[in-house]
Amino acid sequence: MTRDFVALDTFPKILRNNAEVFKGRPSIREKEYGIWQITTWDAFYNRALLLAEGFYASGLRRGDKIAIIGDNRPNLYLSIASAQILGAIPVPCYQDSVASEIEYILEHAEAKLAIVENQEQVDKLLEIKEKLPLLKNIFYDDPRGLEKYDVKEICSLDVILDKNRDMNIDLDKEINKTSKDDISIMLYTSGTTGRPKGVLLSYNNIVSVTSIACEIEKTGPDDEVVAYLPMAWVGDNIFCVAQSYISGFCINCPESRETLTLDMREIGPTYYFAPPRVWEGMLTQLMVRMQDASKVKLWAFNFFMKIAKKWGNPILDKKNVPILARALYGLGYFLIYGPLKNNLGLTRVRMAYTAGEAMGPDTFLFYRSLGINLKVLYGQTEATVFVSLHRDGDVDPNTVGPAFPGVDIKIADGEVFYKGSGVFKGYYKNEDATKETIDKEGWVKTGDAGVIDNNGHLKIIDRAKDVGKLNSGNMFAPKYIENKLKFCGIIKEAVAFGDNKDFVTCFVNIDLEAVASWAERNNVAYSGYIDLAGQSSVYDLIAMEIDKVNRDLSQDTELNDSQIKRFLILHKELDADDGELTRTNKVRRGLISERYCMLVDAFYNNKNHCFIETEVTFEDGRKGAISADLKIKDMNIYDLRDQVA
Amino acid sequence: MSINNQNLISKSEVIMNIKDINLSFGGLKALSGVSLQIKKGEILAIIGPNGAGKSSMLNVISGIYVPQEGVVEWKGEVRNKIAPHDIARMGIARTFQNIALFKGMSALENILTGRNILMKRNLFMEMLYMGLGRRQEEEHRKKAEEIIDFLEIQSIRKTPVARLPYGMQKRVELGRALALEPELLLLDEPMAGMNVEEKEDMCRFVLDVNEQFGTTIVLIEHDMGVVMDISDRVVVLDYGIKIADGTPDKVRSEKKVIDAYLGVG
Repeated sequence: MTRDFVALDTFPKILRNNAEVFKGRPSIREKEYGIWQITTWDAFYNRALLLAEGFYASGLRRGDKIAIIGDNRPNLYLSIASAQILGAIPVPCYQDSVASEIEYILEHAEAKLAIVENQEQVDKLLEIKEKLPLLKNIFYDDPRGLEKYDVKEICSLDVILDKNRDMNIDLDKEINKTSKDDISIMLYTSGTTGRPKGVLLSYNNIVSVTSIACEIEKTGPDDEVVAYLPMAWVGDNIFCVAQSYISGFCINCPESRETLTLDMREIGPTYYFAPPRVWEGMLTQLMVRMQDASKVKLWAFNFFMKIAKKWGNPILDKKNVPILARALYGLGYFLIYGPLKNNLGLTRVRMAYTAGEAMGPDTFLFYRSLGINLKVLYGQTEATVFVSLHRDGDVDPNTVGPAFPGVDIKIADGEVFYKGSGVFKGYYKNEDATKETIDKEGWVKTGDAGVIDNNGHLKIIDRAKDVGKLNSGNMFAPKYIENKLKFCGIIKEAVAFGDNKDFVTCFVNIDLEAVASWAERNNVAYSGYIDLAGQSSVYDLIAMEIDKVNRDLSQDTELNDSQIKRFLILHKELDADDGELTRTNKVRRGLISERYCMLVDAFYNNKNHCFIETEVTFEDGRKGAISADLKIKDMNIYDLRDQVA
Repeated sequence: MSINNQNLISKSEVIMNIKDINLSFGGLKALSGVSLQIKKGEILAIIGPNGAGKSSMLNVISGIYVPQEGVVEWKGEVRNKIAPHDIARMGIARTFQNIALFKGMSALENILTGRNILMKRNLFMEMLYMGLGRRQEEEHRKKAEEIIDFLEIQSIRKTPVARLPYGMQKRVELGRALALEPELLLLDEPMAGMNVEEKEDMCRFVLDVNEQFGTTIVLIEHDMGVVMDISDRVVVLDYGIKIADGTPDKVRSEKKVIDAYLGVG
C-alpha cells in the first residue's frame, strides 16, 4: 500500500492516519506476565493523545525537550509519540549511562520532563536533580520499588494516563500544526572524542529517508521487528519507530534483556538489525556449543556447512546453481540450516542489517550461506542513518555497498563526504561544530577514510583522523588491523599502535566465553579473567591468530609494514563504564593510549613485561583497582618474499 | 500480586505466641523452656551454633513438631496437632534448607504447585478447560506470573529446575512459598551455599517481600552479615535455650551470645 507522504509529512500526522488505516492491527507488542500483550494502532494513538494531555498539563509546550531514558518499553515509545504531538522534542538517552553523563545531556538539552523506565533511572535522576533546575517532573513506567518515594516531582505514567482531564487544548489542531521542518527528535552522538553532541533531525529527514528504505526492502504491515537496541541510538528510531509508522508493522518489546533470545524465537522477526558484535557473539556461542555436540551431529554440521559455504550465497543471490547442489542444499536446510536458524530466532528473517563497525567476511558469509539475507549498511546519526547500503543480489562482504538512493558520495583527500535529504539540521547549541561538519554546498564530513571500488561500492578503511604513518612512511590504519584481529572470534577487542613509530604493536582483550571454552577442553585451570588472560598458553593461542593476520598483511605491499611485532593481553576488559569504549562500544583510542601509556612505552623500550595498576568503575558507581604484571610477546614478521617462496 | 499495605500496621501485633515449650526426642532435649513471640510484619532471625535447636524451633512454628510441653498460639488461639495442608491454609509457608522442588518440572509449574491449596476442584470442568476450570487456571497463572515478575525470573520460566544453578533454584523455592500468599513465611537458611551476588539478590527479595506484601518473615541464617543487615529482631538459641532476644545491635553486644559463639575463655 502506498500512501502520500507529502501530506503526511510528520509522525503525529502519520500516526493519526495509521489509527484509521491500520485500525485493529498491532502496532506494538510487549511480553508481560509471560504473554504477548498487544496494543493496536488505534489504541496506541488514543493513549498517545491521553498522555499528550498529561504532558501538556505538566507544562510541556512546543519546542520543549523531554528526556526518555530506559530499555525499549511501549510506554517510552508512547511518550515519544505524545511529545511529538505537542511539538515537543524527545531526547532519548542511553539507559546504562552513569548519572554524570545523563546530567550533561539533560542540562545541555534543557530538558523539562524526563520519562524513565524504572527505579534505577529515577534514582540516577534524583541524584543529579539539584543541578538541573529546568527539570520539572520525572515520570516512570515501572512502579516497582518506587511506592515509598516521597518526592513530589516523581509520578507514575499510569497515573497520568488514568486521569480524566478537561483540557483546553485541541490536540487535533496541535497535530496539524506540526510541519516537516520541525525537529522530530534530538539524538546525542556518543562521540569517540569530547562531549556528546545533540544531532537535530527534522521530520523531513526521517520521513524522506525512511520511505525510500521501506520501498527498497518492500516492508509492509505484516513484518515484525524486535526492538532491543538502545532507544538513544538512531537505528532504533529509524528501523523500529519510523519504519513501523510508515509501513504499519509491529514493534515487539522483549520481556527483559535476559529473555531476548527466547522472545526472538517466539516472535520470529522478519526484519532484524544487529551490530557486528551481536552477530559475532552469536556465531562464537554457536561454535562453542557445537564443540559439545555428538560426533555424528558434528560431522553432519561440518559437512553441510561446507555445502552452504559453496552454494548458499549463489542461491541467495538467485544465481544459476546446478540442480544437484540445490538438492544437497535443500537437504542441508532441512537437517541443519533450518533448525539452526530456528534456534537463533532467525527463521523468518527477510532482511537483516549490520552496521557500525566492520564485520569479518567469514562471519558475514556464514549467515548469508544459511539463507539469511544479511547486508551491510554504512551510516551516521547525522545522515539519518543511511549513507550506503548493500542491495539484494549485489552484496560484497568487503564493502559497505553502493550509495543509498538520493545520497551523493564523494571522496576528498581520502575522506568520505556525503549529501542528501537525510542530512541533519545541525548540532544543538553548537554552531561551530555544525559549520565544521557541513560545508557551504551541503557536503557532510564523515571523518572516515574510504575509497570507492570498481563496482561503485564504498569501502571504509578507518577513521580519517586515526590513519597515521609509520616511520617507514607507509600508511598505518589501526582499525583495519584491529578488525582483522577481531574476526577470529577469540579476540574481543584490540587496540593497535604504530603512528610515528617503527613498528606496530597492539593490546588484546580475549573473548572470555570463547577462551574459557577452549581452556576447559584443554585442561587449562584459571580463576578468572585476569588469571586466564595472563596464562602463557593463552598468549600462545592469541599469538597463533596474530601470526595468521601477519601473514595476511604481508601479502599486501601497502600494509606489509603494519604487521604486529609485539603484543600483550590486557588484564581487564575495556569497558564503557571506565570511559574506554563509547556507549556504542567503539574504542576511545586517545583515552586508552593515555591511560595505558606505560604499556605503550614498554612496547617500544624493548621491555618484556610491565606492571600496571588500573582504576575500574563498578556498575553501581563504586571504584576499585586491579593490578597485574603483563607479559609482552614478540611476533614473527614476514617478508613479501616469504609468501612467494 | 496485590499490594496490601499491611506494612503500615505497627509491628507490635503478635501473630504467634509460643510459651514455655519443651521439645525432646527420646532422651535428647532439643528445646527447653523457650518462649517466643512473632510480631506482625517483622523480619525475625533465629540464630545459634550448630545443634542449638534452630530448625526444631522452625518446625514447631510450622506445626510439624508438636512440643511435649508448652503452648503455641496462632492469632490468639491455641494450636494443637495439625495436618500439613491445614498449616498451609492458615497462611504459613516455608522454604527448606535443602531445596525441595520438583526437579523435573519447570520454574512456572513449581510455583503453580504452591497455589494448589487455593484451587477449587472440579475434575470435569478442568478436563474440558471451561467454566470454573478455565477461570481458575487463568487466575492462578496470573498470580504465578506476578511472582515470576517480582522475583525477576522471566528468563527461566519454562526451564526445568534441575537445570538451574543453585541460587536460582532457591529463588524458585521462594516463589513457590510466595504463591501461597502467606501471612507468615519461614525461610530455612535461604542464603546457604550462595555466592555474594546471589546473597545480595536474595536479601533484596526478602526485604521486598516484607515491604511490599507485608509478610511476616522468620528466617534461620548463619551469615551474620545478612542477619544483622536485614532483620528487625534476632533470637539466639544455644543448647535448646533462648539466650538472647532483641534488635541486632543489642544482641550483638550481649555477653552470653559472644560466649556461645566464641566459647568461654
